[in-house]
Amino acid sequence: MHVITFTRSTPDTAAKVEVNSSGQVSWGDAATVVNPWDEYSLEEAIVQAKNTSGKASVIAIGPEMHNDALKHSLAMGIDEAIRIWDDGIDVTDSLAWATLAAAAVNKMGDAELVIFGKESIDVGTDQHIYQTARKLGWTMLSYVSKILEINPDTKTIKVEKMLEQGKQVITASLPVVISVMKGINEPRYPSFIGIRKASKAQIPVWSVSDLGISLPASSSKLVAYENPPARDITTEIIDGESVEEKVSKLVDKLLEEKVL
Amino acid sequence: MSAVFVWVETLEGKAISSSWEALGAARDLANSLSVPVVAVVFGQNASAIGAEAGQYGADKSLVCEDTSLEPFRMEPYAALLSKLVKEQKPEIVLAVATSRGRELMAASAADTDSGMASEVTEMSLDGSTLQVTKPTYAGKILGKFALEGPGTRFVTIRGRAFKALDADSSKSAAVETVSPALGADEILVKVESFEAEVGKVNLNDAAIIVSGGRGMANNPTNPPADAEDASVWKAKDGFENVLAPLADVLGAAIGASRAAVDAGYIDYEHQVGQTGKNVNPDLYVAAGISGAIQHQAGMRGSKIIVAINKDGEAPIFKLARYGIVGDLYNVVPALTAELKKRLGK
Repeated sequence: MHVITFTRSTPDTAAKVEVNSSGQVSWGDAATVVNPWDEYSLEEAIVQAKNTSGKASVIAIGPEMHNDALKHSLAMGIDEAIRIWDDGIDVTDSLAWATLAAAAVNKMGDAELVIFGKESIDVGTDQHIYQTARKLGWTMLSYVSKILEINPDTKTIKVEKMLEQGKQVITASLPVVISVMKGINEPRYPSFIGIRKASKAQIPVWSVSDLGISLPASSSKLVAYENPPARDITTEIIDGESVEEKVSKLVDKLLEEKVL
Repeated sequence: MSAVFVWVETLEGKAISSSWEALGAARDLANSLSVPVVAVVFGQNASAIGAEAGQYGADKSLVCEDTSLEPFRMEPYAALLSKLVKEQKPEIVLAVATSRGRELMAASAADTDSGMASEVTEMSLDGSTLQVTKPTYAGKILGKFALEGPGTRFVTIRGRAFKALDADSSKSAAVETVSPALGADEILVKVESFEAEVGKVNLNDAAIIVSGGRGMANNPTNPPADAEDASVWKAKDGFENVLAPLADVLGAAIGASRAAVDAGYIDYEHQVGQTGKNVNPDLYVAAGISGAIQHQAGMRGSKIIVAINKDGEAPIFKLARYGIVGDLYNVVPALTAELKKRLGK
């Protein structure tokens, strides 16, 4: 089975990310990493492709910085990587993003499973995932914590899915788009040979016209990025002769703050 | 008819109460647009819930109780919502950013080629343009977006970011029944089973969260001889027998740092931070959490933060309003006892 997954480069999770004086999001000299949630979708794509003697592909939409995430994916063991980029693409507009993503899956032609990580930390959303499923006209299975079975003969999939109130077991007909949770697997580290091979890989870039579509009019516009307001707080370290005295003072404070 | 639609989420025939926050937010927008608030309710008991929505700000409700809409599945829900949106052309469609709300709003926005913003924490109308603020870069940056009218815009709001109106039992919404958009045989997804977790306080809805970190492993209680890993046993015992009683007396949800989750001390669903949940309770108690930047991103929106840590230099103290420097295994049981006394529990 051909499994497609999407990824992107995001700032290292430990990086200090801020808006600089020219209004751009900046993370200084910090490296980019694969969007942290995508570690799990990349691993799952490799495993599911292998289990079904198929192929795993990865796609990123965006400028050249996303080649880093694609090369990391190849180094982990994904078979093929494609980047989509063109003038005028606004990657913060989920409708445009999903239109491009669905067109790329259609162009590849033979995929029956698309796997996403739960969300993308840069745009802070998962809406593009569900919109890709709708633009493809495929069934969406979100928050998957376990793939219980894929049956290539009956073209069905059975998964365990998390809800706020508990767990569900769901069956659906292929093709499907799924989003996976942390904990579905243990993502592998790229091997030394993998890293060497990936560093030499040439990653094809598909343009909007390569996909044979026209972009929808932008449906949301980025106005500005801002640093969150500084937490204007003075920390009060609570002292006392004994732990009992300290917690008693703390409870006084919390009652004054009306948060109990 | 122009309107502000609100999807009222239900589970097993009852409204999910955070939906009333979406109705509260919708009331403000509808007032400035001079249009009605319309609650959209699908599934078991939808008519009664649609009438109940009137107490929380809905003028009218569109309901469908067809059996194909119970339990929730995105496909039939999105098909029907998209059909209603195409027919009635609401200005704005709102829902709370729960797992179902996120996917339903996004799907219907795609079906109708509408703009969308998710996990919004602030919004206002500027003429017909909807201005929204939402956390990006795992909460390290705020993004301001404009969704221009005319045309429908979809928004999910972060839980606890907007206030529900107080229930007004003198009010009720006019209920109109609509037909499903998909036939039962057109739905390709089947829910085989559902295992509910009873009595769990949801991190996203919690007014108070009590979280534990790596420091949970410093439990002085000795593990039994057959424990596989002493520190995992100690930390788990600490979550269950030291932190949980504090959460109980406060009616709080239990959170955890990534370090605690990755070390196997507690399940992933409790993780707060960059690859966990973003939360904004009134009170956040961090016990034995040093306060890595990834954790801070997920909880810095909390109103009051209390840090309990042995290390007075831990970064969490810079974010905290109140701190106690000390071993959580001394401080937390004392705090629990004091709260029991003071809150009369």
